[in-house]
Parts: sequence; C-alpha cells; structure tokens
Amino acid sequence: MIDRLASLGRIGLGSLERLGRGHLLLFGIIGGLSDMVRRPRLLIAQTHSVGVLSILIITVSGLFVGMVLGLQGHYILSQFGAEETLGVMVAASLVRELGPVVTALLFAGRAGSALTAEIGLMKATEQLSGLEMMAVNPIKRVLTPRFAAGVISMPLLAAMFSAVGVIGGYFVGVGLLGVDDGAYWSQMQAKIDLREDVFNGIIKSLVFGVVCSWIALFQGYDATPTSEGVSRATTRTVVHSALAVLGLDFVLTALMFGED
Amino acid sequence: MSSDVNNSEPLVKIRNLRFCRGERAIFDGVDIDIPRGGITAIMGPSGTGKTTLLKLIGRQLHPESGTIEVDGQDIHRLSTRELYELRMRMGMLFQSGALLTDLNVYDNVAYPLREHTRLPESMVRKLVLMKLEAVGLRGARKLMPSELSGGMARRVALARAIALDPMMIMYDEPFTGQDPISKGVLVELIREVNQASRLTSIVVSHDVEETAAIADVIYVISNGKVVARGPSDEVANSDAPWVKQFMRGLPDGPVPFHFPACDLEQDLLGS
Repeated sequence: MIDRLASLGRIGLGSLERLGRGHLLLFGIIGGLSDMVRRPRLLIAQTHSVGVLSILIITVSGLFVGMVLGLQGHYILSQFGAEETLGVMVAASLVRELGPVVTALLFAGRAGSALTAEIGLMKATEQLSGLEMMAVNPIKRVLTPRFAAGVISMPLLAAMFSAVGVIGGYFVGVGLLGVDDGAYWSQMQAKIDLREDVFNGIIKSLVFGVVCSWIALFQGYDATPTSEGVSRATTRTVVHSALAVLGLDFVLTALMFGED
Repeated sequence: MSSDVNNSEPLVKIRNLRFCRGERAIFDGVDIDIPRGGITAIMGPSGTGKTTLLKLIGRQLHPESGTIEVDGQDIHRLSTRELYELRMRMGMLFQSGALLTDLNVYDNVAYPLREHTRLPESMVRKLVLMKLEAVGLRGARKLMPSELSGGMARRVALARAIALDPMMIMYDEPFTGQDPISKGVLVELIREVNQASRLTSIVVSHDVEETAAIADVIYVISNGKVVARGPSDEVANSDAPWVKQFMRGLPDGPVPFHFPACDLEQDLLGS
C-alpha cells in the first residue's frame, strides 16, 4: 500500500517537474523573440519549413471537409426546406470550429512531429551541446524561430483551410445538389460576423499555434537522446497536442460563444 | 610532445570535485590541474566519467560540490553572460563532431565567426579557408556533414573549434572508431594545432598509445578517483598494478579476466 502511494507520488512529482521544465523552456523561448527580430532569415526559413510545406495537406483536407459539410448540411437542411442557409452552415462550422481545430490536429501530425524529431535528433547528435559550447544559446537560436514560425503559420493555415472548405461546400452544394448560387454566398455574407466568428476563430488558431509549437519543441528538447527516446517523444507530441487542442477548444468555445 | 608547458598558474584547476548520477558517485574528491600551453590527457576505462569531466569544465553539468576554475574564474559561479564570454575562448570537439547537419562544411566553420564577430563576409571566407586548410579539408568545403567520414567530420569540427582562436580545446574521445590513417592524422593535427596556436589541450581518451604519444601530462581516473598523475612517460611506465594493466592493456590483473564465479571443478562436477 505504502509502495503504491510512493509510486503515485513519484509519478505526480515527475509530472510536475516536467511541467515546470516546460514552462521554463517557454519563458526561454519567449525571451529569445527580441533577439530573433534581428535575424529575420531564421524565421523565414522556419516559416517555410513549418508553414509553407504544410499547405498541401491543409488545403486538400480543407477541400474534403468542406465537401462533406456540403453533403451532410444539404441532407439535414433540405428536410426543413432551408437549403439556402447551407453557405452559412458550412462557413460557420469551418471558421468557428473545424478550421482552427482540424488545422491544429493536422499541424501537430505534420509539422509538430517533424519539429520534435528534428530537435530530439539535434540533441542526440550533440548539436545542441555543440552550440552551447560555441557560446550560442540553442533555445534562442534554434527553438525560438521554430516557435514563432508555428504561431504565425497556424492562423494562416486555418484561414486557408476554411477558405478552401467553403469552396468545397460550394462545389457540392451549388454544383452538385442545386442550392442557389446567390443564396449560398449572400446568406454567408449576411450571417457570418467578423468579430464574433472570424476573430474568435483567429484567436483559437493563435492559442493552438502556441500550444502545439510549445509541446512539439519541449518534447524534442526534453527527449531522451536515443532513437527510442526520440520516437517516444514524437508520439507524445501528437497525442498531447491532440488532447490539448480538443480540451482547449471546449474551454475557448465556452468562453467565446457561451451564454452572455 | 610540446615543450611549452607553462609552470605558472594552471589554466584549469579542479578541487575536491564530487559529481553523482543518481546514487552513484562518478567523481569523489577529484583534484586536477591542467597546465597552460600543453596537452593534458585524461584517461580511464569506459564509463569512468571522462566525458562528464569535460562537460563539468564547460558547465554543461553542475557538480554536487567542489570547484572548477578556468583561467582563474570559478565557472559555476559565473553569470550567463560571463559564461558565454568564457566559452568563446574554449573550444570543444565532440565525439560525433556535433556539426550542424543542415549546413555545409564551409558554413559550419563560419558559424561561430558569423555569430560572434562582425567581420565582413570576405574576411570570414579567408579565415574559414585558412582553418580548413589547416585540417586539410579546404577542398571539401561544399560537402554536407552526411557526406563526410567520421574522421573528416572530426577534422571539420576541429576547424570550427579553432575558428575563434580559443585559449583551450577539449577533445572528447577523438580517436574512437577511427582507422589507423585517420588516427594518425588526428594525432598529428592535435599536436600541430596545440603548438601552432599556443593553446591548451585536454584530450579525453582510452586510446593509450595515441594519447600517450602526444600528451605532456596524463591523469588516469578510475572509480571516481585519480589513480595516477604525472608526466606522460612516468605514468606510461608506472609500476602500480592497476595503472600498469590499463596502460599496457593487460588482460588480467587488478581488473580480473574472470567474472567472479564458484570453483571450476565444483562447477563442472555439478556438486
């Protein structure tokens, strides 16, 4: 009994210790932002690697999600004779929820795992130690640009996801199922609110960008420097990011769209 | 062997060092002096903490107790800024080379110059080519680290380590896993770089022959203690049983050939 309590305590202390290390790393990363402004080339290179190279998977996924929304939305709305509101349904679903959330999940799988593996391997091959011994702070030089690139890329990718999704919904709803072209766009224009829907979606994306990039970088930086350790860290990045995004989405949705 | 070993205040002074990993004491009351201007070898069997010692000297690890002074400064009491200023005067050659894999050879060597100086690119180019020439790899400047052999990677790392003309270089197992030609090249390079740049070198290794050939002073570490210290030839010819077994690579001695077991006869007869 005492042994079980002791092991439970050890697990709890270990988790708290990791949380503490994670926060210290985050402070270190944020502390390097001013330094990064003087070296914009690092940010540009990482934005390409983290953001630009994710565009394909994001847009293709956005297209299919929009098409599915078009199909499902039309099926339900037509039962109430409200097919003209399909545009609103597709756009609101994408801008408020699916755009930020699915983009963050895809980001964690594509860019987050790559970040963890890269940082973990840099640690395993002593590149981070090498930088330290060259009097270069690896957190500022390696981690901060990747973090900033993730935070900048996420809302842009979510915007692309939503835009392509709306077009996918249009193809299916208007092109295949005969919803009125003008109604699709005009209802969307009338009902989607810039502050309530679009800005809140952007805020969600920014939060997910911070969380996903932080988790990915911490898992890589804290990984056991072996092939098995890096592999486990990469898995943890995807699992922790997915759980954090879904949990935070509920909290943010409750705060943003809850009863006033 | 270098004849420039300076008898003045040592460059690195380690006193009463204690460092543990978990319950196990890696170092327990270790005193080491690294003299200026020479090559000091830290030797000992695998797992004895030689690399850990270099990381302690570079403050990548913190000791439980004891002091490490580098050029008169207690490295574990320095602020981050002071530490980085000191590290600019220290070079370290990692066992793997630790080259940045997304940069080619030229950019790897140029990296510390671009980070810490405001030299124009034309001057950086001249310096990089001179450092690469010193290690014989000027012609390999466009290669990526993945295209280099282990020995070449270590030579590039050496060129990078001397890019800022440091006062000392720490070599972590420079000869491990190298073929005889690469070993010979590295031995010669360490000796030449040490003499030409008048710096202090610390070589951590268990390759007795190569290390003893270039070292001015040897420290042998085992079980967390310094078991032998002194001029290279003195330690190499030591009569102390453990040191003799290690330096000459004898299969049996204080470190027994046989893992502890019961009597062979009893074991064979099954009684």
